[in-house]
This record gives sequence, structure tokens and C-alpha cells, in this order.
Amino acid sequence: MEFSIYDFSSFTAWIDQSLRAAMSPGMAVAIEMLIIGVAILIFYAIVGLFLVYAERKVCALMQNRMGPNRVGPGGIFQTIADLVKLLFVELVPIKNADKILFSLAPYIVIIASFMAMGALPFAKGLHAIDLNIGVFYLMAVSSMGVVGVLLAGWASNNKYSLIGAMRIGAQIVSYEISVGMSLVTIVVLAGTMQLSEIVQAQQYGWFIFRGHIPALIAFVIFIVASTAETNRGPFDLAEAESELTAGFHTEYSGIRFAFFFLAEYINMFIVAAIATTVFFGGWMPFNVYGWEGFNKVMNFIPPFIWFLGKTGALIFLIMWFKWTFPRLRIDQLLTLEWKYFLPINIINVLIMALIVLLGWHW
Amino acid sequence: MEKSQLYAAIAAAVPEAATAEGKQFVELTVAPEKLKSVMGRLRDESNLSFDILVCLTGMDYGTDLGVVYHLRSYAFNHMAVVKTRISDRENPAVDSVCSIWPGAEYHEREVYDLLGIRFNDHPDLRRIFLDSTWGYPLRKDYKDDVNIVSK
Amino acid sequence: MEVKEKMGRLENEEYIINMGPQHPSTHGVLRLVVALKGEIVQRVEPHIGYIHRGIEKMCENLTYQQIIHLTDRMDYLSAHINNEAVCLTVEKALEIEVPERVKYIRTIMSELTRIQSHQLFWATFGMDLGGLTCFFYGLRDREKILDIFEESCGGRMIVSYNTPGGLMNDIHPNFQNRVKEFLKYFRGVIHEYDDLLTGNVIFQERSKGMGVMTKEEAIAWGLTGPTGRASGFSCDIRKHNPYSAYDKVTFREILYTEGDVFHRYLARMEEMRESMNIIDQLIDNIPEGPFTAKMKPVIKLPEGEYFQSVETARGELGVYIVSDGNKNPYRVKFRSPNFVNLAPLNLMARGSKIADLVAIGGSLDLIIPDIDR
Repeated sequence: MEFSIYDFSSFTAWIDQSLRAAMSPGMAVAIEMLIIGVAILIFYAIVGLFLVYAERKVCALMQNRMGPNRVGPGGIFQTIADLVKLLFVELVPIKNADKILFSLAPYIVIIASFMAMGALPFAKGLHAIDLNIGVFYLMAVSSMGVVGVLLAGWASNNKYSLIGAMRIGAQIVSYEISVGMSLVTIVVLAGTMQLSEIVQAQQYGWFIFRGHIPALIAFVIFIVASTAETNRGPFDLAEAESELTAGFHTEYSGIRFAFFFLAEYINMFIVAAIATTVFFGGWMPFNVYGWEGFNKVMNFIPPFIWFLGKTGALIFLIMWFKWTFPRLRIDQLLTLEWKYFLPINIINVLIMALIVLLGWHW
Repeated sequence: MEKSQLYAAIAAAVPEAATAEGKQFVELTVAPEKLKSVMGRLRDESNLSFDILVCLTGMDYGTDLGVVYHLRSYAFNHMAVVKTRISDRENPAVDSVCSIWPGAEYHEREVYDLLGIRFNDHPDLRRIFLDSTWGYPLRKDYKDDVNIVSK
Repeated sequence: MEVKEKMGRLENEEYIINMGPQHPSTHGVLRLVVALKGEIVQRVEPHIGYIHRGIEKMCENLTYQQIIHLTDRMDYLSAHINNEAVCLTVEKALEIEVPERVKYIRTIMSELTRIQSHQLFWATFGMDLGGLTCFFYGLRDREKILDIFEESCGGRMIVSYNTPGGLMNDIHPNFQNRVKEFLKYFRGVIHEYDDLLTGNVIFQERSKGMGVMTKEEAIAWGLTGPTGRASGFSCDIRKHNPYSAYDKVTFREILYTEGDVFHRYLARMEEMRESMNIIDQLIDNIPEGPFTAKMKPVIKLPEGEYFQSVETARGELGVYIVSDGNKNPYRVKFRSPNFVNLAPLNLMARGSKIADLVAIGGSLDLIIPDIDR
């Protein structure tokens, strides 16, 4: 059996075959699910820890600071130390809070982000499930987190939390439309909703280049709208610390707070990963037609490095937003969506459909 | 306007006030019941136009309580001091000037809080710093053996 | 029917939230009781007094030299200017002419105080609006001024450098070089402030047309400082009733007519530049001489009453001292600018969003210990 870091499909097929040879088909599926679950869980934790560290370092860079530099070389163990601390922190019981919903909310948020992780294609053949409606699934799952946030705001029995929850409800419902429409633009271009095929279709050029101006517009809208959807600055109205202390998670402490915190970073990773997959060719290397030597070097870099690298660059962009811009106000936020993004998006989809119909793309 | 001219102008505008050419500013002493009409004229007379209430101070003169108003004119940049004395220490009251200068609202609440002088027609006369169990600390007969060390 | 009634009642019900005494945007222990309808502010009621220390009462038992140290604790960002206010009042009462050197040094120090105060304003205002990076840029530059203070005064923020009749001690020999170095440095980086916040579209959208006070309102409410000048109320004491060395320098009084949050912010930004110009004119010309006038160890003011106002970073600070001829004052009143500037908050914030309330509160640049005294 021959494995390659450029194509994981033979590797996964080999695991499947050997499991099926050793046990009953039902058992094999169960074991496979377990392996995938554990693998994603580990990946999830690593990404979470790394992103928290990265955010601190990026923010320090923007603010003329050092960032964490005491725990471990360059402070890399700082987040682990913080996580351990959060695990031991008391879960402060809230008077008159709706106990069940209060405890349930962080789990909903974290499960929603966990489910989205499963459908991302990290490299050729390296994804848990390749749905034929992948784009649709990602959108549906990633917006499920808002239910948890709304519950958290309601169940906390805190007025700030409730205002935060009301804000995020309005915000996510609005921006979900923009995220969807900008993805539809690319779905029109690709002709499929299956994520692996969308990536495959970008073999001879990423969609951001192939789709001309409409794809570019779709990308800009997508990155802004998804920043809003992940509830990060300058759209962090739900937790607007100068107005609402901490918004919906004001009353949360310990590991429950850590869940919200972690989910925020994972959501950031997910939207960056979706943008990478849909606009930047997923795990496809950067090739320029005719530059043989250059393309050879590019192709030598393994696909998952390409994927994580592109995702990382987009995450840096999202962090950059947060540490540069002041926060919007709720009415400006909704005006931006309903009066600007939505009409632009609709026209953009029509233009893209026209381009695809006339075959003007390459 | 020179100080002596201002003095003459004020004396002409508000004859019921005892006007003196003080060391620093022109000083007026007004009876509490005439205060509001005097203040109104001081602001509205075109050659005086004291449209800024700089400072409003509550005083305890030992026997009397009093309120001191520092006024300034935006157009002429001259200042005057208006004083009023209230002899009733038990239930002191004076007319509010909130309707003339809205900025007086907080000042008067402060004076009410710390000296216990009531202002008639004040829109929202409540204690501003202290709670209702306190006495009136800026009065000279205020006793607090715990918090005040007097020599 | 019943449901309808219930809904009607809920619609008319106000949603009351308490902002403070511990809240990130009130910069201290200010408590705002805000009545909301959805996100819209119906009414704001400031509750103050959480840090009332009775400074005016304490002053009645202290000597004039001791009072200086209490004034630091009022508006701690304009500590030097507060000191100066009391010193000027005492000097006026005693009819002492302080040496020229003292006047120059006081003016330079006051302007440095003003710059550092506005830097902190910029830092925290940015943070109020959600731009967290501003905070670090503002504090980075402020640190340099505090170092200058530390070298000459010993203290960094609460300097207590003035004393009736002059200064506590002479300036550090390095003072002039340090100040010139700072001016050169700060002129080089002040454009970063504009790049990061002033020119930002989101920031302008958030601040323009918010919390408007007209000139007439500003005069009637007695708003002073950059808050009043943004409304077109020319209220700069340095210009109209100059004290110390302000009659020897030329500078521009920053006036705008809009009176909104953005122009209050802009007034402070421009004031920093004007302050640098003032220091420029003075720093090389500090005359030689004693750093204090000859004073008796026990100061007794002649009987009478004295009023002096100065321009702090937030507006007009008036000191009213009534003396009965003893070594303690009979009554001291501080007309603090923040106390007056807070009063029309309800007027400014009514009808705006809760996020605007934070912006408006930030643009007044309130220092709570100065309100409560």
C-alpha cells in the first residue's frame, strides 16, 4: 500500500478495508466514527489553543506590546496554563437563572462549531464527510450557534446579557443572508455544492481569479459578513465590553466561559476555512500558467499546508480588523446589511449567472 | 466695561440690591425673596447680560446661612458676585435659579445636600452625594466624632 | 384580550439598567441609571457620590500648604493645574508677585499636564468605541510626559509640585532637554492618532451629530473646556483672563460650532497641538531666578473672599476661598468642571442608542473624583 501526503484517499480507503476485513460492517463504521471523532476533537483543541495564542501575539503586535512571553519559549504555553486555570475556576451559580438552559447554552455553541469542522476538506481525501450539499450544510450548522447564544443571554437573568442576546439575534439572522448569497455566487460559478468538487474545480485557477469582479465582490462581502457572524470586532456588539460589560456571557465563569471563548475562535477558523475552500482553491497549490519551475515548487508543498496557510492568512486578516476598527452601532450594522450588502449581493449573483451562462470566465 | 462703570450699571439695574464695589468683583447682597427677580434682570439687561453661572456656593456664616453666586457675562467678560443670607437655620429656603440658568440644577442639589438649604421650584431636589441619614456636613455646627479630627 | 393588555403594558414598560458604579465605560465610580426602550435611551439619571471624600470640609481644618495636596486628588489628570489654582488664589489674597521663572515653569507644566490628559482621553475614548488599540498608543506617549514629571516633581501623576508662592523645588537640569525631546517625538507620532481614529469611517459615523449641544445650551449649562468650545462657546480662561505666563504667549483658542461628540474629540486633538506650540514659545526662555517667592512658614490670608479660575484639561476650575484671617480657610469651594459638564448628560443622550450614551459620556471626558470631590 502506497501512501502520499498529496492524496489521502488511498490512506482512508486502506483503513476502511482493513477494518471491514477484521470485523462486521456495523462495527467497522462505529470504529471509523470513533477515530474521526477523536481526530477532530484533538485537532479542535490544538486549533483552539493555537488561535488564542495567535490572537494574543497578533494583538500585541498591533498594540506595540510583547504579548505573552513568560510561560514557555515565547509564551506558547500561556494558553495551556490559562485553560488549566479555567478548568479549576468555580462555576458561579447565578441566582434566579434558568439552570438547565444556562448550562445547556455553552454546549450548543460548541457542538455547532464542532459539527462544521467535520465537513471541511483539509486535503485531497482528508475530510470526515463529503456531503453533496456541503456548502449548505456548513451554513446551516455554523448558524446554529446563535441558538446557544440566545439561550445564554436569556437564561443568565442579566439585563446586559439579554441586550447582548437580542443584538446577536438580529445580527446573525441578517448577516447569514449575506454569507449565503456570497457563497451562492461561487456555487453558481462552480456548478456544485459539494466542497470537494468545488476545490477540484479550482485546479486550473482559484475562483477569486477565475470569477472576475463578481467573485472579488463576493469575497469581500463574505469576509465582512462572516466576521459579523462570528461576532468579532468591529461587529462584536453582542459582547461590546464598553457598553454591555461582556454581553451574553457576562454571567458565565470557568469552563462554561471557556466553551464560549473557544467556540469564538473555532468559528473564526471555520469561516476562514470556508473562504479558503470556496474562494482560494482549498488545498490547491498556487500555480501560474507557463511557469514550470515555479509551479513545481508550489506543487511540492503538501496540500494540507496550503490549506492551513491560506486559512491562517485569512484569520490574520480577521484579527487585523478587530484590533484596528472601532465598533459599529447596532443600527449602522443592520443598515450596512440590509441597505448595502443585500442589494449588492443579489445583483452580484445575477451578474455571475450571466457570466457563467455566456462562458466569459476561464 | 471698567469695574466702576459696571458697578454703576448694576446699581441702576437692580436698585433693591445692596451693591458694593468689592475687592475683586462687584458684590451684590440681595434678600432671599427678591433673589429670583434680581437674577432674572441681571441676566436679561442688555448691558449686563450675566448669562453664565460660574459657581454657586452654599455658605454657613455662623448665625446665618447663605448662598453665593458667581456670575459672568459671555459678551462682556465681566463678573459679579451675588450673595443672599437666610437667617432661618431650621428651615432655610431660597428660590431656585434653575429656570434662569439650567446649569444651577446640580449646584443647588449639592448645596441642599451639604448645607440643607432648600430651593423652591427646583425640578429635582434630592441629595446628590450623601444618603438621607447624614446631617449637613458643611454646617459649622456639624459634629462627627469619628470621621472629623478637629484641632 | 388579556394577552393584548399584557403586551400593551410590556410595550410601555421601560427597561431600566444600571450602568455602574463598576462598569467599563464610566471610567470610575459613576452610576448611570438608564431607562431604555429597546436600544433607545429614554432617560439617563447620573447617581454620584460614590467617591465623595468631603474635600471641601477637610480643607476647613487644613492649612493652605496642605490643601494643595488634596486638590491633586480631585481631577487627578489635571493635578498640576488644580494645584496652581489654589496657589494663584492664595497669592492673589496675599498680593504676592511670584518670580517670572515660576510663572514660566508653571505654564509649561500645565500644558504638559493638558497634553497627557488629552492623550489619556484619546486612549480611553477609542476604547469606549471599541478600538482597543488606541489605549496602548495613548498610554505609550503619555508615559513620556510622566517621566518628565517624575524627574522634576518626584511624583508621576499626583505631582503636588506647586506651593503658595512658587514651586516645591527647582526643575531638574535635564528638564528643558527632555521636554524638547518629547515635543519632537510627539510631533512625529501624533499623526498616528489621526490615522487610527479620526479618519476612520466607522468612528466618524459613530460620533458625528451625536449628543449635540448648541452654543446657547452650552452657555446656559455653563459647559466649559473642550466640551464647551466644541459648541462654539469661547470659554478659554487662558485667553480671556490670563494667569501665569499665558499673557506672554500667542495661541489659538480651538472653537467649533457643531458641538457634537466628534468635535469635542477634535477640539482635544487640536488642543494638544496648541499646547505644544505654547511650550515651544516658553521652553527656551525660562528666566533665571528663584523658584519661589519669600513666604512665611504660616500662611494667614487676610479676611475676605477670593475667587480664581483656571483652565484645566476639562474646563474651568474655580477656587473660592473665604478667609476669616486664620491659618485655616473658613470655607473653600471648588467649582469643578466635570460636575458642571455632567449635568446635561440626560439632555444630550436622550433619544440616542445605548452605544451613543457611552460615546457621549466618553466625549465629556469625565473624571469622577472631580465630580464628587
